[in-house]
Amino acid sequence: MTVEGGVQYSKIAEIKGPLVVVDDVESAAFDELVEIETTEGEKRLGKVLEVGNGKAIVQVFEGTTGLSISGTKAKFVGKVMEMPVSKEVLGRVFDGLGRPKDGLPDPIADKFVDINGEPMNPEQREYPKDFIQTGVSVIDGLMTLVRGQKLPIFSGSGMSHNLLAAQIARQASVVGKQDDFAVVFAAIGVQYSEAEYFRRSLEESGALKRSVLFLNTADDPAIERIITPRVALTVAEYLAFELGMHVLVVITDMTNYAEALREISAAREEVPGRKGYPGYLYTDLSTLYERAGKLNGKKGSVTQVPILSMPSDDITHPIPDLTGYITEGQIVVGRDLFRQGVYPPINILMSLSRLMKDGIGEGSTREDHSEVSNQVYDAYSRAQEVRALAGIVGKAGLTEIDLKYMDVGDTFEKEFLTQATDENRTIEETLALMWKIVSKLPKNEITKIKDKYVEKYYKEE
Amino acid sequence: MTAQGRIVWVSGPAVRADGMSDAKMYETVTVGNSKLVGEVIRLTGDVAFIQVYESTSGLKPGEPVIGTGNPLSVLLGPGIIGQLYDGIQRPLRELSKASGSFIGRGITTTAVDMTKKYHFVPTISNGDEVAAGNIIGTVQETDLIEDSIMVPPTHAGGKISNLVSEGDYDLETVLATTEKDGQSIELKMYHKWPVRKPRPYNKRHDPIVPLLTGQRVIDTFFPIAKGGTGSIPGAFGTGKTVTLHQIAKWADSQVVVYIGCGERGNEMTEVLVEFPHLKDPRSGKPLMDRTVLVANTSNMPVAAREASIYTGVTIAEYYRDMGKDVVLVADSTSRWAESLREMSGRLEEMPAEEGYPSYLASRLAEFYERAGRVRAAGSPDRDGSVTLIGAVSPSGGDFTEPVTTHTMRFIKTFWALDAKLAYSRHYPSINWMNSYSGYLADIAKWWSENISEDWFNIRSETYGILQREDTLKEIVRLLGPEALPDEEKLILEVARMVKIALLQQNSFDDVDTYCSPEKQFKLMKLLVDFYKKGQQALKEGTALSDIRELGIVSSLLKARMDVKDDEMPKLEQLDKDMQEQFKSISGVKVSN
Repeated sequence: MTVEGGVQYSKIAEIKGPLVVVDDVESAAFDELVEIETTEGEKRLGKVLEVGNGKAIVQVFEGTTGLSISGTKAKFVGKVMEMPVSKEVLGRVFDGLGRPKDGLPDPIADKFVDINGEPMNPEQREYPKDFIQTGVSVIDGLMTLVRGQKLPIFSGSGMSHNLLAAQIARQASVVGKQDDFAVVFAAIGVQYSEAEYFRRSLEESGALKRSVLFLNTADDPAIERIITPRVALTVAEYLAFELGMHVLVVITDMTNYAEALREISAAREEVPGRKGYPGYLYTDLSTLYERAGKLNGKKGSVTQVPILSMPSDDITHPIPDLTGYITEGQIVVGRDLFRQGVYPPINILMSLSRLMKDGIGEGSTREDHSEVSNQVYDAYSRAQEVRALAGIVGKAGLTEIDLKYMDVGDTFEKEFLTQATDENRTIEETLALMWKIVSKLPKNEITKIKDKYVEKYYKEE
Repeated sequence: MTAQGRIVWVSGPAVRADGMSDAKMYETVTVGNSKLVGEVIRLTGDVAFIQVYESTSGLKPGEPVIGTGNPLSVLLGPGIIGQLYDGIQRPLRELSKASGSFIGRGITTTAVDMTKKYHFVPTISNGDEVAAGNIIGTVQETDLIEDSIMVPPTHAGGKISNLVSEGDYDLETVLATTEKDGQSIELKMYHKWPVRKPRPYNKRHDPIVPLLTGQRVIDTFFPIAKGGTGSIPGAFGTGKTVTLHQIAKWADSQVVVYIGCGERGNEMTEVLVEFPHLKDPRSGKPLMDRTVLVANTSNMPVAAREASIYTGVTIAEYYRDMGKDVVLVADSTSRWAESLREMSGRLEEMPAEEGYPSYLASRLAEFYERAGRVRAAGSPDRDGSVTLIGAVSPSGGDFTEPVTTHTMRFIKTFWALDAKLAYSRHYPSINWMNSYSGYLADIAKWWSENISEDWFNIRSETYGILQREDTLKEIVRLLGPEALPDEEKLILEVARMVKIALLQQNSFDDVDTYCSPEKQFKLMKLLVDFYKKGQQALKEGTALSDIRELGIVSSLLKARMDVKDDEMPKLEQLDKDMQEQFKSISGVKVSN
């Protein structure tokens, strides 16, 4: 990203945390891009958070280390931060601010787009209802992903969320042609090895040339993380709505993003909300997540699978909590299942896809999908209750029907949930497995499925 | 004299401008060269503090701020129904014509099509004396909604002259003039009203008529009255939005105002896509013909989110004044409270709990107090109601946080959503032990007169079974179900049936999505009868397992989906089957 023109000021009043306060500013706009030049001539980028009464508060993305009150210059560029976009970004690797990181020159820009985007007009949205087959049974069968959805993975430290996200990205086949499918990957403050795993996984599956990577690794500047998802989503929107591609955006790890936001909020001495996160965390997160969707009259779509690690596996922590209120469901990775070595270790009872109901059924998956999935949820939930009871009274204290539910729980985890990282199951295979589980129950326990489907698909062993 | 000042400071949606000594509190102003809409929320000397309803990105100190002289107002007239508005009543369809798929800035539009002609039928004559609130005629707004054209509430009244004859007129046509004390005022099909000011009415009635929603757990167990207030708090994923959509779809009101306040864009799209295809169960007309949507999604400017609630409730009051029953659904009041918090923070006010401003409680109280069943002002006499239902999104699902606790002080029906129920796919996940309705006693009379005299007793018996189960569950948790005697095991069994057959409701099932009050009562009665027959059979020595295995059990569980509202004889048949099946096992003794 090159910066030309602009007005330069050199009176720095204060430097604290990631913020630089510039004095005697005559003309600066809210949100304007600022180029900070150190005494050594190094250039860093920032943006205006507050302006007025001759002062401008500038947030410096690459940190303020090494900046001094005298000698530092701030150039107000006269425009908001923009990302150059074109078809050439496909197959490229960028840093967290959208600058090439693969040694190649800047891609030739088709146009420059404000990275903050604009809110989609709800009236112009197209309601998402196209089924995406991820080949992962538990997702396709019980928490179906549809094109234009935002479905996060809630995980915890050390668990296999990256494996899962990479598997989804590799296998998310689009019915029809492959060439209109793209992956945008944004790494926010993750370890280099995690980002590298993802890159390699895309490379091995041949998807890298249809991917764009934005990497802010753990050793990169923290404040840059505010920008990383925005440049990634700007590119995703361009690919989707200008070039008509179906874009899957994987962002990891949103927790690092929220922490960067907290750092700035604290430096500005704002009144904090819960756990020190700013009161506007919800609104801020929504300006990222709501950039998923489909639009009337446009061919492409932006589907988001953000990953966040829940501090102490606590789903009520502000980051997963506020995320869950914005996204259209959540895939929750469970510590218990992970410990037992189950892959993917998804806790289905806490997971949900809100858009599933419109993406499944006759014409897209199968007529019985909705009802059989309700029954599987119900049965697994009963199985968990029975397991808890068995822990107290022992197996001997269980009724015959309770024991059947125990069996259902085991079959569910061993045969349906468990799957290899390179195993790509069709929706038919997934539904057959679901009926196998349901068929372990006597017919009078099946309360959520219409008789006509029971007659058609129920198979007693 | 309108204020003309200059911006001196910008931070997010908050702007300070000087030279504003002529500005009034809550006056709307245009901000900057791109003419963004804003509202004055504080005045200090000649500096005005302005909240801006559009994105302030790129705004600079020095740009002009110009007052409009008017408080934030909505336009009230035919053409509102079926619209999707943003938080300050700009039609989103018109905005998309100006700025495409994404929402641009500084666009001015009118709230309704001023050139569309409606067929006006006068109901008064030249020479009649009218007062504020009087109806002067009617127009058909949609197939479902006939609008009364009213003399605006602040009008001084007077003698009617120049009344037009019946015919098609657009909104700007002068329909009549009033003469009083030598002053003549023009009456049109529309007028404007400031959103923060409740519209006046003649007097308030007690809320004694239930608002029927077709949702069993609401209508039967925790009912809300027309003109009442209700709140639905729940963690994410507990089904708030689905429940609110269900109420918006099936409530027996004439007008529905749905406010998407800081929520998902796709949810508004869903309503827009779905409602035109759904038929109102009473009139058979598309639901969109009675619905107004106000959408300020989470990523739209935060200040307009604060305004959206007032925009919505003012539109609701307007239709109430015509003598209609209106339901207003606000999803979610927590996001509205957060917008208050954000502006309060930028004003550097002293925060109360969790950073919320100290006036959070009074703002909530003011909002919910705009509900009510009233006798409208003016003649002829007519009663209308506004029922307010607000979703609350407590952080971490914790009901002790400020928005939930304050809301509970001002509402009478509380539907507590429960994450545990949602995890086990019990929908709607309204927890029957934590929810309550303050209208139960008031509306029991309606049920007794219209459905069955037994309603109150049968409801109490059913609820009693659920309460017994709740205590028994503790014992089961400690000792296992085998520790209970058969009579108590029967309670567990019947409670399970009540949960599946009555409390649960599948909003995506064509039949189950709406349940008539008759069917609600009959299903409940069948379950209570089953319980009584089961008790009797146990006393006579029948084994519990034989009762459990009766074919009727599974028929009762599926009746909510199998029996349509117009197939009530099928439920009578179930009743007969039940009698016979119990007869067939009577006398079968316990074998051991």
